[in-house]
Amino acid sequence: MRAGHATRPQRDPIVLRLGKTVLGTNALLAFAFLYVPILVLIVFSFNESRSVARWSGFSLEWYQKLFGNEALLRAARNSLLIAFVSTLASTAMGTLTALGIDRYRFRLRNSFDALLYLPIVIPEIVMGISLLLFFNLALFPLLQALIQVRPTLGVPTIIIAHIAFNIPFVYVVVRARLVGFDRTLEQAAQDLGANEWRTFWRITFPLLLPGILGGALLAFTLSLDDFLVTVFTAGTASPTMPLYIYSLVRRGVTPEINALSTVLLAASMGLVGLSLTLQRRR
Amino acid sequence: MSDYAVELINVTKSFPTDRGGELFAVDGVSLSIRHGEFFSLLGPSGCGKTTSLRLIAGFEKPNDGEVWIGGKLQGNLPAFQRPVNTVFQNYALFPHMSVYENVAFGLEMHRVAKPEIQRSVSQALEMVQLPGLERRRPRQLSGGQQQRVALARALVNRPKVLLLDEPLGALDLKLRKAMQLELKALQERVGITFIYVTHDQEEALTMSDRIAVMDHGRVLQVGAPEEIYERPVGQFVAGFIGETNFLPGRVVEARADEVEVELLSGERVRAVTSQGLSRGQEVTLAVRPERMLLGSAPSEPGWNLLAVEVEDVVYTGATTNYLTRASGGLSIMVRRPNEDAGGERPVDRGVKVAVRWRPATGSVFVDDPAHQDGT
Amino acid sequence: MSGKAEHRSRGPLMVVPAALWLLLFFTLPLLIVVAISFVERGRAGGVKLPLVFTLAYYQRLVDPLYLGIFWSSVRIALIVTGACVFVGYPMALFISRVAPRGRNAMLLLVMIPFWTNFLVRTYAIKLLLSTEGVVNNLLLGAGLVEAPLDLLFNNFAVVLGLVYGYLPFAVLPMYASIEKFDMTLVEAAADLGANLRRAFLRVMLPLTAPGIVASVILVFVPVVGAFITPDILGGGKVEMIGTLINRQFGVARNWPFGSAMSLALMVMVVVGVAYYFRTSAEKERPL
Repeated sequence: MRAGHATRPQRDPIVLRLGKTVLGTNALLAFAFLYVPILVLIVFSFNESRSVARWSGFSLEWYQKLFGNEALLRAARNSLLIAFVSTLASTAMGTLTALGIDRYRFRLRNSFDALLYLPIVIPEIVMGISLLLFFNLALFPLLQALIQVRPTLGVPTIIIAHIAFNIPFVYVVVRARLVGFDRTLEQAAQDLGANEWRTFWRITFPLLLPGILGGALLAFTLSLDDFLVTVFTAGTASPTMPLYIYSLVRRGVTPEINALSTVLLAASMGLVGLSLTLQRRR
Repeated sequence: MSDYAVELINVTKSFPTDRGGELFAVDGVSLSIRHGEFFSLLGPSGCGKTTSLRLIAGFEKPNDGEVWIGGKLQGNLPAFQRPVNTVFQNYALFPHMSVYENVAFGLEMHRVAKPEIQRSVSQALEMVQLPGLERRRPRQLSGGQQQRVALARALVNRPKVLLLDEPLGALDLKLRKAMQLELKALQERVGITFIYVTHDQEEALTMSDRIAVMDHGRVLQVGAPEEIYERPVGQFVAGFIGETNFLPGRVVEARADEVEVELLSGERVRAVTSQGLSRGQEVTLAVRPERMLLGSAPSEPGWNLLAVEVEDVVYTGATTNYLTRASGGLSIMVRRPNEDAGGERPVDRGVKVAVRWRPATGSVFVDDPAHQDGT
Repeated sequence: MSGKAEHRSRGPLMVVPAALWLLLFFTLPLLIVVAISFVERGRAGGVKLPLVFTLAYYQRLVDPLYLGIFWSSVRIALIVTGACVFVGYPMALFISRVAPRGRNAMLLLVMIPFWTNFLVRTYAIKLLLSTEGVVNNLLLGAGLVEAPLDLLFNNFAVVLGLVYGYLPFAVLPMYASIEKFDMTLVEAAADLGANLRRAFLRVMLPLTAPGIVASVILVFVPVVGAFITPDILGGGKVEMIGTLINRQFGVARNWPFGSAMSLALMVMVVVGVAYYFRTSAEKERPL
């Protein structure tokens, strides 16, 4: 229980001493630091000329170029496909696991719990190269021996990798939701005549749903945005959006990248807005 | 066996502790609860009253012993198959359902027809005086309203036995007292058996037909409120219910129904008891503060008399408590109602005076070093 | 919540799918990394068959050149973490003292970068700092410099880019701790004679420490193994562990060496986090 936070005292001692102005200025500068680069980026995506620093007029030319770009559109489609598939699989497995570990005692329970937290702590690049090695040195030779065809890195391997790093995130989110779950609600349902199955579907699952959706949304975003793990499991092509952007950014600074970035930002905002309205609906 | 609504026969329930041992939450408890009775389980935290309730409800399985409901042995029956309903301490209202859906839930589980459900739900809500709130969500209700919805949700299923786990704990004093009377009236009207768990002895005394006082997993005494209060069976019960003065001493003379006890300070007092005590036994006298009077009245022979000095006078509105000290350091509290009690003048601090009481109004407990409960 | 005998098998069954997936596609690959680091590389990349055991790559790691890169990565990570905590803590404090409406809006503003692509955000910094970028244009226009500054492709750009990228990660855990903190405790300290500095150091800081610990871990771990930021903003001139490892699996085609580096990085991270966790947990009984 928190110790009395009902009233925020007017005379907040530390804030008072430091002065709200000092804290406020720090916060303002920090927010500015976070947003100015993005705003500049957005503004210059509408620039008429090729310059990314000198404004010469409004134009949608760079956006139009995006829509004609085959490679880009293909990358976008792949990113969405990979995100959907990996989110579905990891949400199902992550939720199931969270329920299993939270509700039941069995041997190795703590080991599994630790195993699930591990991927979050390991640096992404290590996870990426480990999968590269695994596919090339273990899985592919094995499959080649079995079916006489040597598979290559590509969208399927990316999906496998994304599921692997998403399961822990869904697990952590759902598990946190379970820890605070009021078990007396389930007891009340049983007291009123609901058996275990009905208790789960009528009480536990609906109340858990926001957490599950939150985990799914997190997994979806992580998959769409992922670069490091994807770059090592993608092979030679640039099949996802982040990889495509990377190949562009390496070459230099152009308004096309600005336009693409702005589109991605808008898409992210859309997702944030979606998750917020879903939460408010509850 | 079907004479009783609920019976616990020598029930034991233990839980493993962190250090690998076992904690006996319920230790050989036997209770027989009659039909239509308002029966309370009373005791301090950790005494086993809630666990006993959960054993009846079916949320816990006993290690040993039997649980009978309505003449049927419950055995391994899970909670959802038992003919009892529970009102939980935190109400446990389903937050994602409306009041109507909450109350209807039990009926839904038993596949009652929709029109019948509608009727029963509005009936139940009227019974707890909450008509018209069907569409609200639990979080939109006040504590008192939530409590009544929990009650309605349980009662609508017409259980033979209703289990209530400290349902009034979260309410403020005035509301709690009002709800106590309402619950009692409701129980009498509906006529079902209530098994009520509380740590508030005043609450238990107010509402119950019978009370079981529990401590450390054991039942110390079962009886009507008056019996528990006036004739407590042991020191723990005497100390837990109401306030008591304890006077330790030794028996110097023992007759058939009376003993003379020498207190540690040397003074002698008399008490009435049929326990058949013998000389030399170490005992403790227990006398209620409201049974004592201040000052010595020469016209009352046979009363016990002790010399004390008044240390503090505490005014509590309806009564005044006098905290006094007898020779030997013994503290004695005397409680007098604040009225114009003819002849008794209020006494000041520092005054040396006597306290007196009739021997029959005290209880005698034998000092057993192992048990403090006189058993 | 009793582990009922009838359902003893249910728990493990529910956990098995995820456990199998992670064992196969996470644990096993990591073990392969460990194994490969002890094996000679093949002439054209991959490993030499039949397998030959060697410690050569670990010996190479101890070379001052590589140790230097490891050390500079740690140094950069420490600077970035420190900056994030020093800027983020007052920010979190400020947000927690604002009225609830404004507070939610500000938290949203902090969260939004979470949801935007990291590459995009790094690119935004590159945009600003490039020779044709806004900063240089402003400086030139204001007459402060005569030629565009080389703001990119150095340690400064990388540190700036990393702070930019990870500041939101630092603010949120510290905010969570500060929000739970009861300010009347500081008043109590003042009542007992503590001045502002002591009240903060002895009361507020220890009690908000869990949030700081979380922030440090959330920032330090990814930054020490960062790749995107040094690659894009450092342009090959700033070498960190991440770019080094990437090179072994790219142009250098030295998988065993890269594995050895990865193992060293992992060990460093896990040991560092465990040590930090334990020392701060000892100072702080969990609330």
